[in-house]
Amino acid sequence: MSLLSFNLPLAALLPFAAAPIAAWATRYNRLASAWVAGLTTLLTLAILFPSMHAIFAGETIIQQWSWLPDIGFNIAFRLDGLALLFALLILLIGLLIIFYARYYLSAKDSMGRFYAYMLMFMGSMLGIVLSENLLQLVVFWELTSITSFLLISYWQHRQDARQGARMALAITGAGGLALLGGVLLLGHIVGSYELTQILASGDLIRGHDLYLPTLLLILLGVFTKSAQFPFHFWLPHAMAAPTPVSAYLHSATMVKAGIFLLARFFPALSGTPEWSWLVGTAGMLTLLIGAYVALFKHDLKGLLAYSTLSHLGLITLLFGFGSQMALVAAIFHIINHATFKGSLFMVAGIIDHESGSRDMRKLNGLFKMMPHTAMLAMIAAAAMAGVPLLNGFLSKEMFFEQAISASDTTLAAWTIPALVTLAAIFSVAYSLRFIHDVFFNGEPIDLPKTPHEPPRFMKIPVDILVVLCLIVGVAPMLLIGPILSVAVAASLQAPAPEFSLAIWHGFNLPLMMSFIALVLGVAVYTVRHRLFAWHDRCLHGIEGKAVFDWLQWKTIRFAKKVTDYFDQTTLQPSVSWVIGGALVVSIITFFQFNSPLFGDRALMEADVITILMALTLIVASLLTAVLHHQRLTSLISIGVVGLVVALGFVKFSAPDLALTQLSVEVVTIVLLLLALFFLPQHTPQERSYIRLSRDGIISVSAAVAVFLLTMAVLSREYTSIANFFIENAKPGGGGTNVVNVILVDFRGFDTLGEIVVLALAGLGVFAMLEGLKLAAPAKDVEGLEWSHDPHPPIMQTLTRLLFPLMLMVAVYIFLRGHNLPGGGFIAGLIASVALISQYLANGIDWTNERLRTDMHRVMWLGLLIATGTGVISMLLGYPFLTSAFTYLNWPVVGKFEVASAIAFDLGVFLVVVGATVMILVELGKLSHAAHFINVEDIK
Amino acid sequence: MSPFTILPVLLPLIGGILILMARPAGIDTQRILNLILTTLLVGVGLVSFQLANSDIYQVVLLGNWQAPFGIVIVLDRLSALMLLLTSLLALGALWYAIRTDTDKQGQHFHVLFQLQLFGLNGAFMTGDVFNLFVFFEVLLIASYGLLLHGGGRLRTRAGLHYVVINLVGSTLFLFAVGTLYGILGTLNIADMAVAVRNVSEADQGIVATAAVLLLVVFGIKAAMFPLYLWLPGAYAYTSAPVAALFAIMTKVGLYAIIRVHGTIFGEEAGDLAFVHIEWVLLLGLITLALAALGVLAARALRRQVAYLILASVATLMIAIGINNEAALAASLYYLIHSTMIGAAMFLIADVIMKGRGIYSDSFTKAIPIDRPIVVGSVFMLLGIALTGMPPLSGFFGKVMILHSALNHPWFAAILSVVLIAGLLMIIAVVRSGSLLFYSVQKEEGQKTSPLNKSAFVAVFLLMLVSPLMVMFAKPLTDITSQIAGQLFNGQAYIDAVLSTVPYGDNSK
Amino acid sequence: MEWLVASVISVMTGCGVYLTLRARTFPVVLGLTLLAYAVNVFLFSMGRLQIGIPAVIDPAAAAYTDPLPQALVLTAIVIAFGMTAFLIVLALKARSELGNDHVDGLHRSDDELKATKHNSAKAEIERSES
Repeated sequence: MSLLSFNLPLAALLPFAAAPIAAWATRYNRLASAWVAGLTTLLTLAILFPSMHAIFAGETIIQQWSWLPDIGFNIAFRLDGLALLFALLILLIGLLIIFYARYYLSAKDSMGRFYAYMLMFMGSMLGIVLSENLLQLVVFWELTSITSFLLISYWQHRQDARQGARMALAITGAGGLALLGGVLLLGHIVGSYELTQILASGDLIRGHDLYLPTLLLILLGVFTKSAQFPFHFWLPHAMAAPTPVSAYLHSATMVKAGIFLLARFFPALSGTPEWSWLVGTAGMLTLLIGAYVALFKHDLKGLLAYSTLSHLGLITLLFGFGSQMALVAAIFHIINHATFKGSLFMVAGIIDHESGSRDMRKLNGLFKMMPHTAMLAMIAAAAMAGVPLLNGFLSKEMFFEQAISASDTTLAAWTIPALVTLAAIFSVAYSLRFIHDVFFNGEPIDLPKTPHEPPRFMKIPVDILVVLCLIVGVAPMLLIGPILSVAVAASLQAPAPEFSLAIWHGFNLPLMMSFIALVLGVAVYTVRHRLFAWHDRCLHGIEGKAVFDWLQWKTIRFAKKVTDYFDQTTLQPSVSWVIGGALVVSIITFFQFNSPLFGDRALMEADVITILMALTLIVASLLTAVLHHQRLTSLISIGVVGLVVALGFVKFSAPDLALTQLSVEVVTIVLLLLALFFLPQHTPQERSYIRLSRDGIISVSAAVAVFLLTMAVLSREYTSIANFFIENAKPGGGGTNVVNVILVDFRGFDTLGEIVVLALAGLGVFAMLEGLKLAAPAKDVEGLEWSHDPHPPIMQTLTRLLFPLMLMVAVYIFLRGHNLPGGGFIAGLIASVALISQYLANGIDWTNERLRTDMHRVMWLGLLIATGTGVISMLLGYPFLTSAFTYLNWPVVGKFEVASAIAFDLGVFLVVVGATVMILVELGKLSHAAHFINVEDIK
Repeated sequence: MSPFTILPVLLPLIGGILILMARPAGIDTQRILNLILTTLLVGVGLVSFQLANSDIYQVVLLGNWQAPFGIVIVLDRLSALMLLLTSLLALGALWYAIRTDTDKQGQHFHVLFQLQLFGLNGAFMTGDVFNLFVFFEVLLIASYGLLLHGGGRLRTRAGLHYVVINLVGSTLFLFAVGTLYGILGTLNIADMAVAVRNVSEADQGIVATAAVLLLVVFGIKAAMFPLYLWLPGAYAYTSAPVAALFAIMTKVGLYAIIRVHGTIFGEEAGDLAFVHIEWVLLLGLITLALAALGVLAARALRRQVAYLILASVATLMIAIGINNEAALAASLYYLIHSTMIGAAMFLIADVIMKGRGIYSDSFTKAIPIDRPIVVGSVFMLLGIALTGMPPLSGFFGKVMILHSALNHPWFAAILSVVLIAGLLMIIAVVRSGSLLFYSVQKEEGQKTSPLNKSAFVAVFLLMLVSPLMVMFAKPLTDITSQIAGQLFNGQAYIDAVLSTVPYGDNSK
Repeated sequence: MEWLVASVISVMTGCGVYLTLRARTFPVVLGLTLLAYAVNVFLFSMGRLQIGIPAVIDPAAAAYTDPLPQALVLTAIVIAFGMTAFLIVLALKARSELGNDHVDGLHRSDDELKATKHNSAKAEIERSES
């Protein structure tokens, strides 16, 4: 495949590829990076060159590759007249800037970084103008925002640079997001993101309901990028960048990206009153504001910045007019503005560079010191002012003409021409100021350096541009004619209208207007001092930045308020949110369906015992809640709750649960007691009654909701998978205790997870208590000394006697587990209690001497056995955790059954013992240590 | 059924046991073991991914009991993706933890780490609601341990809050599961989906209530408004590698929504079809708005990153809430991005914090850090990716999601919230970036601690995921749309689970 | 019978929630324990209530209870036990790390105060920055 089939993407991506090289090259030679940048630009030009003649022949080159077809995101590039014009501007002016910057940058500025950023920016710009796919265009669009941020903040140590860069990124980035939205809508309307389709379906778009939102979003992108009112204020602050950057971004590239988009979408979006109004108004306002403010800027670059604004406004206004000739004028002025504004920025840079100041109140009479530069400046400024024989004059004439012809159609006939002339007057005035204040007007006032001509080469780029201004001004058709016509044709997607760029159109209204502008402009300049005074008095400090800062500040304050309201790093509100949220969503959802609250299942009669138990439970729970300030009391009452729940399980034919609940209860209470030893005995009264009542409401509604939920289910019939378990427990699981068989066989995987949880709890506790020191209270609640005889002899002997017995019980419970209530878990807890009682009675040291096993070992052994039984079944080709059992005939014992599930249950047993004992012993050790601390204290 | 299928769950369990056994051998042995095991897990993840890369579901009947009576684990495209993602993330986090000695700051880091993976993978593979509860508990208690690892005042406080909120969540989970069993009489997800179809109109309300109750439970994990309040503290104050690993924790909640709700309350569920979805979308939008504000309001880097994570999760909720195949595919693409990049962001926040010494991660003028260019560039790239700026993965994920929402009735709301939130985050991250890297001043006595290069490798590799996701967007989106397609064909899942027969003659 | 059980569950839940919302760790632990009891009984009752019917296979038995909820509750109890144990110890750790047994720690208030002061000062910097 030949170069011509992929030279467009290559051209756009080459600068990105070269950027790191430029950054890296500087390590070896300071100027190397400049060379890399320059050569890359030339190479890019060379890559595009072969396609050019085709473009001048009126063709459109499209190179595309399918990438994400699902969302219509293709890698697609497009080169037509418009794209070519912009590509040339970007590359040629870029080349001059690179050349210029090499002399501008001082020794302490990192060349590598500068040129790397420069290249990346150049690549992004090329990407925009060469994109055929709009999503791809958005990508490059945002890339210009990012890279321009890097360029503007190049002098990072300067706060104004950082702020200017951040503002630019905020504004243009916002625009980029808006543009993304607009593009998505556009693609939605047309059904494709390819420009070819979109430009072809203008009527469809204009007719669509989504036209206005689409237009608004896209224009938002355009106006922010091209610094149109009211988003203009970022541009002047971007002047904190090094002058070459300003010269590049604000003459030919960054700000022209928005204009480019206007030209691009012209066939698709223009031609409606919305378009003319939105675009026209923004353009007109920017034109006037820019021209006016420029006059009052004492900073050279400030003046140029605002004049840039006004010229951008002029171009936008031309697009607003919407006629074909207006488009011609607009594109023509884009070119002219790029040339004279580029040169003027560079001149400003030279002056700054050589005199150390940009303040026009100090800069005076530089003509003597730098005549050459002065000459260049004068010509360029004249072009800016629209003096005949210069390119600025021609496009301005056309602009006036359009203003006049536009005003027959829109608005009160004379307003537009009048306003336009007004703007022209000011532009003459500030152009004059740029020249007269700086180069004449007396002697310089205490400048940091004595100015002199810059090195020859620094002026070459300026020379070139100024010469262009002249040539275009004298013989426009010669140089600009061809490219302009193809650009216009491409932008219109139709043959370009007949236009003649001539210096002389005879005595006509436009000429009159230019004349008026020149004369009055001079006049305004002569009375400038009075104007300055008036301006400072009345309009001083009216600035977009202030508004922006205020807005940003407000937003951040708001963000902080909202965030702090929700995220207070306090637990209680968070929990309330969770419970409250759960209540709200469940209630709302339930009432979205018209199903009755309760079903019609026959309910059971209540009997006395149940009623008594229920009452005890209710009372005990309430006591726990009410008396929670006396912690010991509430602990006892919650113990009662646990016990009665266990009894309830017995009552409702769930013996396993009863046993489990009971043993868990014991251990939990012991734990809580141990913990209470270190915690305050009383909970302080909470002050906030609002909170208490709010919590009251939440709790009550939770209670009610749960009541309804329970009744709703219990009052309904259901059919469950239960029977399967009952039928298969014995034949399939080898056990008659269905619950246990479910635990170790049918749903053994649950139990595996469950013991992992337990083990993790043990390990977590171990990890938490490591190195934790807590001082135990020296006295108990009644202020009595703790007994210093920790191991009363009776208890010692008793527990030592009981120990084997308890272990026996544990073993018994364990073995019968598969067929009768019991099993590994309960057995484990009993065994743990047996061990704990040894610790309690005989003390840590005594017991540790006799019980040398580290509980970690017990735990991993348990986990290993449990997992192992599962793995073994896999080795036998069965799925994980498949159980097997057989009947053995033992002498004496007789026929009896061994299920592999028993092994699994053994694992459970061990983990339970390991975890429980570890938790309790670690806590015990803590109190042990604490006791010693206190004993020390007492002695 | 391939016996291999169980390995993603089994390996970390055995791994945890092994490392626990190796405790006496000392930390270095545990480190090596853990590295080996996690690397193995990546391999297992790859194989599982290959195994699932077809329309056949790998179903294992644990205990060799026919579904719905026994517990099944199912390996399909989605669970395979999650497994692979988790293992890769784990490897990065583990490497960073070891190279920064985070694992030495307390007991049992490596055991907790492996069992955390056990919990996660179990949750990704189980086909049973109650078993999902069990695995949630496993991964939670492991995460409690990891979160508290190293201790410290703020960390303990955040841990306490995290634990309490999640215990409440577990209670809600049991209420929901109980209700569902009480009406449908089964626990297997596929079987529930069948049962839901012939729920009488009289019972629909109660089932729907249970459904949203379950959504609340998953919403806590996924940090959905107003249940996200545990997240900022927990993520900001735990150790960096744990925070990085937790980037997957929020995704577990989202996964559970896709899996459980998507299957049980899918298209065939009649009146109950997608009873949850509008909640997901609405709450997702609110969460995103609040998250963006949180990013803007953050007073320190780690909290800002926590909110960035929240924002990315919220974006995922929105994508799920849009509820069409394209959106689901997009959300999966975004899920990969947000997990890896979020993790990298936590790690680099730690790098920066350590580099700034006493200034820690607070947004104040401070001393320049070591290697500002490298760290700064990586930070910028991660920022670009996470705030959804081109040309990195975040942007493309966002575009795919928005594109899939074009026909949604709420498109205007979705578009504006997503775009504005994006803008706020960009502004915020640029502010912090220029504060951390640009407005710095040298100080006497304040010497910068050198960059821990070998640890930084982990950050760098995780960061690389973003450009790679762009370069290979085409194949990746093909995969994600396959996954989405499989998910939207819930019937296939149901059939696969319920039709699997026990191995051999089941006459045990 | 059912309404009795339902009211028991609801009261336990209500008290549990109330205690969980308290400001000190100990009542929170009690609250969560109560909630655990409540939800266990709830889960158990989902198999509907049966009296005097065995859960163990026995030829004489006419009917059986639904064993599955019982198994689930057993698992739930165990897990709740582990969690409670963990939480209790965490409460102790929090007490020693945070200085008291408030769920948000001791110097929370003046801490936040300091933080906000610090931040408003910082905010000024930010403002001048932006």
